[in-house]
Amino acid sequence: MQFDQLLQYTLSGLATGAIYALIGIGFSIIYNSTGIINFAQGEFVMLGGMLTLFFLELLKLPLWAAIPCSVLASTLGGVLFERLAIRPLRQPTPINLVIITIGASILIRGLAMLLWGKDTHSLPPFSGDEPIAIGGATILPQHLWILGITVVVIVANKFFFYHTISGKAMRACAYNRRAAGLVGIDVRRMVLFSFIISSAMGSVAGIIVAPLTMTAYDVGIMLGLKGFCAAIIGGMSSGLATVVGGLILGVLESLGAGLISSGYKDAIAFIILLLILFIRPQGLFGKADTERV
Amino acid sequence: MKRELLKFLAFSALVLLAPLLFKGGYLMNVLVFVGINTMLAIGLNLLLGYAGQISLGHAGFFGLGAYLSGILTASYGLDPWLVMPLAAIAVGCLAFLIGFPILKLRGHYLAMATLGLGIIIYIVFNETVELTGGPSGLSGIPNLSIGATTFDTDIRNYYLIWTFTLVIVLLAVNLTNSRVGRALKAIHDSEVAARVMGVNARLLKVQVFALSAVISSLAGSLYAHTMTFVSPASFGFNFSIELLTMVVIGGLGSIYGSFLGAALLTLLPELLRGAQDYDIVIYGALLMAMVMFMPGGLVRGVPELVRKVTRMKGRPDHA
Repeated sequence: MQFDQLLQYTLSGLATGAIYALIGIGFSIIYNSTGIINFAQGEFVMLGGMLTLFFLELLKLPLWAAIPCSVLASTLGGVLFERLAIRPLRQPTPINLVIITIGASILIRGLAMLLWGKDTHSLPPFSGDEPIAIGGATILPQHLWILGITVVVIVANKFFFYHTISGKAMRACAYNRRAAGLVGIDVRRMVLFSFIISSAMGSVAGIIVAPLTMTAYDVGIMLGLKGFCAAIIGGMSSGLATVVGGLILGVLESLGAGLISSGYKDAIAFIILLLILFIRPQGLFGKADTERV
Repeated sequence: MKRELLKFLAFSALVLLAPLLFKGGYLMNVLVFVGINTMLAIGLNLLLGYAGQISLGHAGFFGLGAYLSGILTASYGLDPWLVMPLAAIAVGCLAFLIGFPILKLRGHYLAMATLGLGIIIYIVFNETVELTGGPSGLSGIPNLSIGATTFDTDIRNYYLIWTFTLVIVLLAVNLTNSRVGRALKAIHDSEVAARVMGVNARLLKVQVFALSAVISSLAGSLYAHTMTFVSPASFGFNFSIELLTMVVIGGLGSIYGSFLGAALLTLLPELLRGAQDYDIVIYGALLMAMVMFMPGGLVRGVPELVRKVTRMKGRPDHA
C-alpha cells in the first residue's frame, strides 16, 4: 500500500464526506425541531442538482444565476412539503410520519423522472477540471469548492443558531417544544424554518456534488441515506459532531472502496449505521444520557 | 370466533372460484403474484399492524428465501420441498438473532436500521456473483412438483400458491385472535403498559419479527419456484416500500386488509400498463393520501366513508 494512494483516497473521501455532512445536518435540524426523520431529505439533494441543470440548459441561465434559482426552488419544495403533508397530518405517530415522508420522497422522485427523464446528467464543474497535485495525490478544483462551500454553510449555520433570535428560538424548540411554546415561541413557524433550512442545505449539497458524481432522478435515495448515517454517527447533532460523522463516513467509504472492493462501498455505510445504532445509539461522541432510541 | 370462521370460508370460496371467472389467461399469472404478495403483506402486517414495529427491509427476507431455494435447488440439486422449510428456518433464525439488537430501537430509528439491513442484503445479492449470478440473476430453478404433477402452468401455480396463502391467512387470523395476538396489540398501544401486565414485550417483538421473516422467506421460495428465475432487482428497497404500501393501504392490523392492499398494488401496474412510468408517482401519492385521509386503510376507511355518505343522504333537509 502506497502512501500516495492512501492520501488520494482520503482526500476524495473528505470531499464526499463533506456532502454527507451537509445532508446529515439537514436531517438533524428537522429531527431536533420536530422529532421527524425526514425520509424525503435525499430528494432535495436530487432536486438541487436536477433543478440547476434545468435552469442551466432549458432556461439558458448562467451557472452563477442557475445555482441560487435552484436552491430557491428546492426550498420552495421544502415549504410546500411541510405545509401540505406534514402540518395537516391528523395522527402524527412516528409510523405515519415515516410513511408520509417516504410517500413524499417517492412522489418527488417520480415527478422528477416524468419531468426530466431517466438519463444521468452531469453539471459543468464550477471552475474547470484541471487536477491540482498535492503531495503525490491529485484533487479537482470541484473538491475544493465542495470543502469551501461546506465550511461556509456550516459557519453560517452556526452563526444563525447561536446569534440570531430565530436561531435561538429553534434551539429552544429542540430542547423542549412545550417550554418553547410557553415562552411565546411560535413552534409551528420554527418547524417550517427547519424545513426551509434543511431543504436549502440539501439542495446546496446536491448542486456542489453534481459536477463530480453526475446526477439523475434517483440519486437522492443513496445520498439521503448516507447523510442520515452521518447524522447518526454525530448523534443527531446539528453541529460539528455530524460534520465529523460525515467526514469519517466519507473517508471510510473511499478507503473501503479503494482497498477492499468497490462493489461493497455502499454496504460499508450501512454496516456502520447498524453498528452505531446497536452499540452507541447516542452517536459516537454523545453522552449515554440522551434517549434517542 | 364463528364470525372469523365464516369470513375465512367465504374468502376461501372466493379464491377457489376466481379462476372460473377469469378462465385462465394472463390474469391468472397476475393472481399468482397477488397470492405471494398477500403472504408477504400479512407477514409485514403482523409486525407493523399488530406489534407496531416498522420494517423497511422485508424485501431482504423475501429475497433470502428466494435465493436460498434457488441456489440450493438449481446449483446443488437438492429437493425443493426439503429446501423450502430449511430456508425458512435459516431466515427465521437470522431474523431472531438480528431482532434482539434491532428491535431495541423505536420509530424512526427502527425504520432506518431495517432499511439499512435490507440494503446490505440487496448488495450481497449483487456482489456474490459466483453464488447468485449477480445483477444478471439466477436461472434454471426447477418448478415444484408433487408426484407426477409439475406446477408449471399458471392455473396449477395458482392453486399451489393460494393453498399456502390460505394456510397463512388462517394461521394469522388464529394468531391475532389468541392471547399472543392480544399481547401484540397491547405492545402496539403501549409497550410499558404491556410489560406491566406481564407481557415479555422484548421477546415477543423479536418472535413476531422472526415469524414475519419466516413467512417472507416461504413466499420467497415459492416465488423462486414459480418464476424459475430470480434477480436482485426484485428484492431491493423499492419492493420493501411496495410491501409497506400494501399493508398501509389495506389497513394496519387487518389480515384481509393485507389481501386487499396486495391485490390492489399487484393489479394496479397491470391496469396502468399504458402509463408505466406513472406507477411510481401513483405509489407515492397513494401512500401520502392514505396516511392523510384514511389512516385506517381501506378496510376501515371505506365502510366509514359509506356510513358518512348514507348519513348525509338520510338527512336531505340538513343543508
